Amino acid sequence: MSSYEARFKVWRGDVEGGGLQDFAVEVNDGEVVLDIIHRLQATQAPDLAVRWNCKAGKCGSCSAEINGRPRLMCMTRMSVFTRDETITVTPLRTFPVIRDLVTDVGFNYHKAREVPAFVPPPGLGPGEYRMMQEDVDRSQEFRKCIECFLCQNTCHVVRDHEENKTAFAGPRFLMRVAELDMHPLDAAAETGLDRKRTAQDEHGLGYCNITKCCTEVCPEDIKITDNALIPLKERAVDRKYDPLVWLGSKIRRRTS
Amino acid sequence: MSVVDRQEWDVVVVGAGGAGLRAAIEARERGARTAVICKSLFGKAHTVMAEGGIAAAMANVNEHDNWQVHFRDTLRGGKFLNQWRMAELHAQEAPDRVWELETWGALFDRTKDGKISQRNFGGHEYPRLAHVGDRTGLELIRTLQQKIVALQQEDMKETGDYESRLKVFQECTVTRILKDGERVSAVFAYDRESGRFFVLEAPAVVVATGGIGKSFKVTSNSWEYTGDGHALALLAGAPLLNMEFVQFHPTGMVWPPSVKGILVTESVRGDGGVLRNSEGKRFMFDYIPDVFKEKYAESEEEGDRWYEDPDHNRRPPELLPRDEVARAINSEVKAGRGSPHGGVFLDVSTRMPAEVIRRRLPSMYHQFKELADVDITAEAMEVGPTCHYVMGGIAVDSDTAAARGVPGLFAAGEVAGGMHGSNRLGGNSLSDLLVFGRRAGWHAAEYAMGVAERPEVAEAQVNTAAAEALRPFSAETEGEAGPPENPYTLHQELQQTMNDLVGIIRREGEMEQALQKLAELRVRARRAGVEGHRQFNPGWHLALDLRNMLLVSECVARAALERTESRGGHTREDHPTMDRAWRNANLLCALADPTGGLAATDPARGQIRLTRETTDPIRPDLLALFEKEELVKYLAEEELYE
Repeated sequence: MSSYEARFKVWRGDVEGGGLQDFAVEVNDGEVVLDIIHRLQATQAPDLAVRWNCKAGKCGSCSAEINGRPRLMCMTRMSVFTRDETITVTPLRTFPVIRDLVTDVGFNYHKAREVPAFVPPPGLGPGEYRMMQEDVDRSQEFRKCIECFLCQNTCHVVRDHEENKTAFAGPRFLMRVAELDMHPLDAAAETGLDRKRTAQDEHGLGYCNITKCCTEVCPEDIKITDNALIPLKERAVDRKYDPLVWLGSKIRRRTS
Repeated sequence: MSVVDRQEWDVVVVGAGGAGLRAAIEARERGARTAVICKSLFGKAHTVMAEGGIAAAMANVNEHDNWQVHFRDTLRGGKFLNQWRMAELHAQEAPDRVWELETWGALFDRTKDGKISQRNFGGHEYPRLAHVGDRTGLELIRTLQQKIVALQQEDMKETGDYESRLKVFQECTVTRILKDGERVSAVFAYDRESGRFFVLEAPAVVVATGGIGKSFKVTSNSWEYTGDGHALALLAGAPLLNMEFVQFHPTGMVWPPSVKGILVTESVRGDGGVLRNSEGKRFMFDYIPDVFKEKYAESEEEGDRWYEDPDHNRRPPELLPRDEVARAINSEVKAGRGSPHGGVFLDVSTRMPAEVIRRRLPSMYHQFKELADVDITAEAMEVGPTCHYVMGGIAVDSDTAAARGVPGLFAAGEVAGGMHGSNRLGGNSLSDLLVFGRRAGWHAAEYAMGVAERPEVAEAQVNTAAAEALRPFSAETEGEAGPPENPYTLHQELQQTMNDLVGIIRREGEMEQALQKLAELRVRARRAGVEGHRQFNPGWHLALDLRNMLLVSECVARAALERTESRGGHTREDHPTMDRAWRNANLLCALADPTGGLAATDPARGQIRLTRETTDPIRPDLLALFEKEELVKYLAEEELYE
């Protein structure tokens, strides 16, 4: 077991403002960034606010930006950094800070409510559902989502554009639309609900210009852009002209 | 004292895991205006960690399965201490509860004919667990969450307000259940974000707060599992049942230290994984107890054949109930046959092709790769026991989930006792949440809408609760008793105490020591002080949670000291065998301190009064599901011939 002292910069503050605070803190073999934050709480900053829960990459609570990159603190091992590197931990940038590393993620819960729920097929009772594995595979991939909101945080449509938040549901909830649209037994169409059209008209699919930032930060490795957003765009475009799909087919993805 | 905001609801559900959400859905669908209150964000509850599946006798994979077989397995797993009516309802209703999830949008893994697939698990005679890879808990919580959103969308259409009939108060903690005379009247809570206090008035409260694992050092449980509901019920005057039974899951990660305790799903064994010691031996064959001798394979060859031909072979002993496997691992490590980091080896790499492992156990593959640099398709995992689940809990009526002695109080899920007896089978937790979550929501709604007059909430009770919650901020000024204590340090000492002295193997002297230490911690916890202010202050939150953990830990220690036998999740080195005379004995913990736990308590006597009661005899038609030869191993003479 080898221990060393690491240098950390942790953003501390609240809605009024704040800044990076320096810490020197012990690190042991096999630890993750969340362990270090907990050690700071227990030894140096008892009121350091951080959201966490399962500490196993399953609940999606401990999202933050580590050296500027959106990540789960519980799944970021200290061994990915060199020992002399200063590690900077800041709250998610797209959402308003509440305190220290905790942000107000209410945006996501509002967007969740705007996606119409699964519509059970009429005439099929509980226990009568029959679906083939290959037909549920696609939606199952999207249901792996742990709602860490890293994709929502990194998406440039809203990251520095507060004004887009009203019209744009974000990758997570566009993927939810795709999930329901691909559900083999969803009966939304029979009730007059066209999920593809709502993706475009109500959830701002057109804002997405498929730069795949969401896919890159997904801790569950869900291919959000390729498997959810692009198919939704391709299907939506049959119904409505989407300049970005047209544009996407003309130009290569820009490097950002 | 500032004025505390008050709101009126019909039913308040404390906890938003599987049981809480299922209760809330039911209460709202039966017409009760329902509030859910939870410590984490909506959708992050500990249920999300459940991996293996939901046990329900749907008979999709093996046509011989039915509720009677499931009932039998559950009683065997619990060593016949289960509240049998709960086990009966559970086995009967679980399939409907699973199918209902599909109508709310859940997508389970499928069989070849398009039905819900079911997998093998420890203690279950047939493949019985509906699952989604190894992330079943996530599917369950997300489905319930989305059902709640669906109901809110309906309410929006009708009333113009998403939250008119069903509202989730997320990141809020309940510190007291308030009462009007004997009846429940409200909950007192604080908003974690702002530190603001508020009261939700309601004639019915459903407690669904989960377990107590955070009182132990090595645990698979998250920070939320501080025994809040257990403590709230005790403080409100309801007794806790059989708190000595704590399940140590046999397979938690043991390395690296920072992830010690994190769960390795039982599906690894259900799908073919085997346990080996440092000599490479499949040691479980040496640990099949007499009561299970006829049901498990005698040789590796037979065990291996069972996966393909379960009708003509017996299951391998790696699939014994969890208490048996955990004890066996403990013994192997103690005998010096453990792995380098103090566990044993769990191997799937030699049992199935890499791509099958990645498909069937994706999160395990991911978890070991990311956290331990171990590729489970190429090498064995190191695993050891971890505190996982408490079988004990609030004593409830089997049919209605009503807590004993406190009208208006209901409990469901892990916080409720009785269902699992002395040991829970894997997969029976998620089904328990659904079956009894629904029942609690149903009966709470019925009760709330049937009360002639809403209970009154006395201002004095609200003020007392507020003063109690603010105490950590003024701890320094109380001076004379000693210096202020760091809540994190107190918590670590508590976890070490419970882990070392009331852990997987228990001894009389050690438990007496534990009670002494708990008394000392209780006194020191009254001086737990915090810095900063009330806005999202984790030190303050922990200082308040300590009260609950200390109360619950004392229940576990006192009951464990009293029960002089070994059964399920309670193993006494000084009383190593199961004693038939204890089969029908329940131990009940009640609060001894008449002031409701506010005054400093006497260190020696403690806060808990223990009573022993005899269980209801098992109904004859249910007993008839077992062979006489099996029953004689569990039941006392006089029970057999009644």
